[in-house]
Amino acid sequence: MAEVRLPTALVTLFPGTPRRLDLAGATVGEVLASLDALVPGIHDRLFMAGPAIRDHIRVFVDGEAAEIATPVSPRSAVDVVLAVSGG
Amino acid sequence: MPRVLLMVGTKKGAFLLDSDQTRRDWSVRGPFCEGFEVRDVSFDPSDGALYAAAASPWFGPAVFRSPDLGATWTHSSEGLTYGDDGPKLTRVWNVTPAHGAVYAGVEPAGLFRSDDAGTTWRHVEGLRQHPSTPEWGPGLGGLILHTIIPHRSDPDRMWVGASAVGVFETTDGGASWTARNRGVRQGYNPGEPGEVGSCVHKFARAAGTDQTLFQQNHCGVYRSDDGGAHWTEVTGSLPSEFGFVLGAHPRDPQTAWVIPLTPPEKGRLMPDGKAAVWRTRDGGGSWERQSNGLPQENAWLSVLREAMGVDTLDRPGVYFGAQSGQVFASADEGDTWREIASYLPAIASVDVAVIAG
Repeated sequence: MAEVRLPTALVTLFPGTPRRLDLAGATVGEVLASLDALVPGIHDRLFMAGPAIRDHIRVFVDGEAAEIATPVSPRSAVDVVLAVSGG
Repeated sequence: MPRVLLMVGTKKGAFLLDSDQTRRDWSVRGPFCEGFEVRDVSFDPSDGALYAAAASPWFGPAVFRSPDLGATWTHSSEGLTYGDDGPKLTRVWNVTPAHGAVYAGVEPAGLFRSDDAGTTWRHVEGLRQHPSTPEWGPGLGGLILHTIIPHRSDPDRMWVGASAVGVFETTDGGASWTARNRGVRQGYNPGEPGEVGSCVHKFARAAGTDQTLFQQNHCGVYRSDDGGAHWTEVTGSLPSEFGFVLGAHPRDPQTAWVIPLTPPEKGRLMPDGKAAVWRTRDGGGSWERQSNGLPQENAWLSVLREAMGVDTLDRPGVYFGAQSGQVFASADEGDTWREIASYLPAIASVDVAVIAG
């Protein structure tokens, strides 16, 4: 199971959600689908139609920028990060 | 004793202002929906819930719901999509409960409906199937559906308004729509006004009827006495044809308020830096300037389309919010005004509910 680390602003929207979770999945898309199974609705906060990762959300696998199809191993660390944006 | 709840949407979340029916003292709660730009907050009298039309630059569009007047909130955007191959839905601009459903107006312009209190949504596809859809283009604020007016008694009948497109009406529950822009000038269009392309900024229904509507357009103020089929310009003596807000009296069908602003090329500001609301008592036949208590020197305020509310108390209160963060309130139909909040984020919407004590 990959270790998934979530930003505070995201988990604040879903009270009780931990910032770190161990989730199954062979790709970023699958891991975050597992996240949505645990936290219904969280997928819509990270993805838009397409499907595509939202413009100002970044996902890293083992420190490397990732896309939906990026492979994830059981020992991977998956970081979901808010892009520097806003004003 | 009734409680008056002012719901303020801002660029940085929602705020709630509470008072009693005297409307003298106000307390401010918030921000709610933190990190989200809130374009509209509505109260559903059927169950006491609040709904907020929201969008985050990170987390996208969502409708928030509070079942307890702001104490707790949930959010959802399940079904708020044009599909994987459709245009990307960027913001929710309006949320309006009616007849047991909740409607959301979105950007790019379209209408969604929820039948489970905002948990899931479905696209009301008929509107974007209107033959004029290829002609729809954005105004400066975007291609946005910002006004939803359900018929009072007929759940199948409704009007909506989209900037730079116009007003539409459905009489069959959203399956088909008719453009309702006849008589409205399109000063930015050198040709004859088209069926669409009308830049409606806000419209509201007069008290006690579904036939009379008032409209603040990019190009003047209008009234319709036939449910939008024909509009008559009533800009009259207003100092500018341009403005965004429009509020209607809860019981007098002849009374409405607007806030004229300088035209876009001059900044969309209160003319001469003197804040004023203008009221008609005769259906737009004449207008009176109301500025008692409003700043009259260097008051370069701007008020966006959703940022006026009118309450339903015996002597209705009128409220508006500025992009510079002030909320102004009148407890006497606009005769006198007070600033009741001064330092909120840029205000996008002001709505008001009178809640039984």
